[in-house]
Amino acid sequence: MIPDQPTTPPPPPRRRGFDWRRAFLPGLISAASILAVFGTLTWLITQNENWPRIQRQFFSVDHMLAALPRVAQGFLTNLQVWLIAMACIALWALVLAVVRSLRGPWFAPFRLMVMLYVDIFRGLPALLLVILFGFGIPALRIAGLPSSGLFWGGVAMVLSYSAYVCEIYRSGIDAVHEGQRSAARALGLNEGQVMLYAILPQALRNAVPSLMNIVVALQKDVALLSVIGVRDAVREAQIYTASTFNYSSLVVAALLFLLATIPMARLADWITHRDRKRRLQMAEET
Amino acid sequence: MIEIRALTKYFGSSLVLDRVDLDVARHEVVCLIGASGSGKSTLLRCINRLIEPDWGEIRIDGRTVTDPGWGRTGLQQRVGIVFQSYNLFPHMRVIDNITLAPRKVLRQSRAQAEEQALETLALFGMERFARAYPEQLSGGQQQRVALARALAGQPEVLLLDEVTAALDPELVGEVMEAIRSLKARGLTMVIVTHEMGFARDLADRVCFLDGGRIVEEAAPAQLFNAPEHPRTRQFLERLLEGGRL
Ligand SMILES: Nc1ncnc2c1ncn2[C@@H]1O[C@H](COP(=O)(O)OP(=O)(O)OP(=O)(O)O)[C@@H](O)[C@H]1O
Ligand SMILES: [Mg+2]
Repeated sequence: MIPDQPTTPPPPPRRRGFDWRRAFLPGLISAASILAVFGTLTWLITQNENWPRIQRQFFSVDHMLAALPRVAQGFLTNLQVWLIAMACIALWALVLAVVRSLRGPWFAPFRLMVMLYVDIFRGLPALLLVILFGFGIPALRIAGLPSSGLFWGGVAMVLSYSAYVCEIYRSGIDAVHEGQRSAARALGLNEGQVMLYAILPQALRNAVPSLMNIVVALQKDVALLSVIGVRDAVREAQIYTASTFNYSSLVVAALLFLLATIPMARLADWITHRDRKRRLQMAEET
Repeated sequence: MIEIRALTKYFGSSLVLDRVDLDVARHEVVCLIGASGSGKSTLLRCINRLIEPDWGEIRIDGRTVTDPGWGRTGLQQRVGIVFQSYNLFPHMRVIDNITLAPRKVLRQSRAQAEEQALETLALFGMERFARAYPEQLSGGQQQRVALARALAGQPEVLLLDEVTAALDPELVGEVMEAIRSLKARGLTMVIVTHEMGFARDLADRVCFLDGGRIVEEAAPAQLFNAPEHPRTRQFLERLLEGGRL
């Protein structure tokens, strides 16, 4: 039966006091189950008869402390190469992407060159390029060219990564609405000004989430330079291992990498998430 | 002021503009009406060379638009355009949207360009929003900024492409009011619109396009009350049935 229409609005629902069970029970259950699962796993692993050997080989605190200074020193090299390479890649890829987006028949040969460049460098393993450049070019002994493997290995990384980043920039440029270009041209801006003032700022903003992932990937891939003898964190850890037959130094290097990449990956996720929200909002408005 | 002769444009193999002739006198307001796809936007965009026609000629003050004598930006200085979707630059504040062309194309100082921009904004009651970003504004406000931006180079001709079509009905009035004030200031305008009331009210002359041709042009009273061409009559009847007249 449908109740009669009350003459006054019904009173607000009575507020219950603070509900301890509701506030803390879910958290407690999560914590307890996490403890149970991880505790069991730890127990299983440490009960294994091989565990003491594994622990000695990989997680020996003494060896870790002994290796830390050199590995950390090597990691500084990683960070330096990473920063310099990042700046070079950002610029070089931007040049490539802008050339690739130029319109007009006169630019056809340059567009083709960029296309070939991207196809070639995206198609080759970065490791191959690092070895080819890092060993190959110094071996030429051409006067006037730098002979350091570190330099040429870095060049190889920049060439390889620029191909990817060029494509990211370009899809950022393509994602800018055609109306923006019309509007800028109608205002009398020339091709270069249209790019610089109207298109690129929006394109870069579009590209940020994907670029963040590249930044994280590059940070790890700098370790590829260790194969041509660059004394980065991995190389230093390997050297330590070779003389002591203990692998804890590599675990130290691993921890250093994680220390750097995890916060960056979180930041990348956060930026992507924020960007997606912004886009959704914009889509709603139009 | 604008003379268009035998203007013809193909997109691929489809004929979008078919030998269009149109003259617009100085200070005149001409409205282009017609069904979707009849070529109105294309005609408008040919006038400031956003689209290059295949045949025919467009002259502004007796000089063809392709004449190198215009210089790189002379034509864009004389002819402004506003689009249906505003196309403001989302990464720039209102004031920077408006001063971009004066600063980068006309090489005005920032102070001078901003002073002028504020004057133009004030014309549309928008000076309060100079420091806002486009996304913080309503559609009607954005469209008034777009008008101000098109006016920043002090053009003599303004091309308007369905500038109210993307707006909520209650916002249409404020933009129309802005356009009306421009007519009062003697701007020459070519306006594409679906708002027949607006065309009737503001136009000195209305042109009806069908299949890329101007099939009828007349004073608004004439064209809306006693259309001569059967296609015009059909178009207006359909609008009447849809309650849009
Ligand atoms: N860039 C383009 N490439 C190919 N075809 C196009 C292009 N622009 C317009 N067209 C076609 O040309 C025809 C005329 O388009 P136009 O935009 O001029 O029509 P319109 O009268 O402005 O229509 P609406 O009222 O829908 O804006 C349409 O059939 C359209 O599909
Ligand atoms: Mg149109």
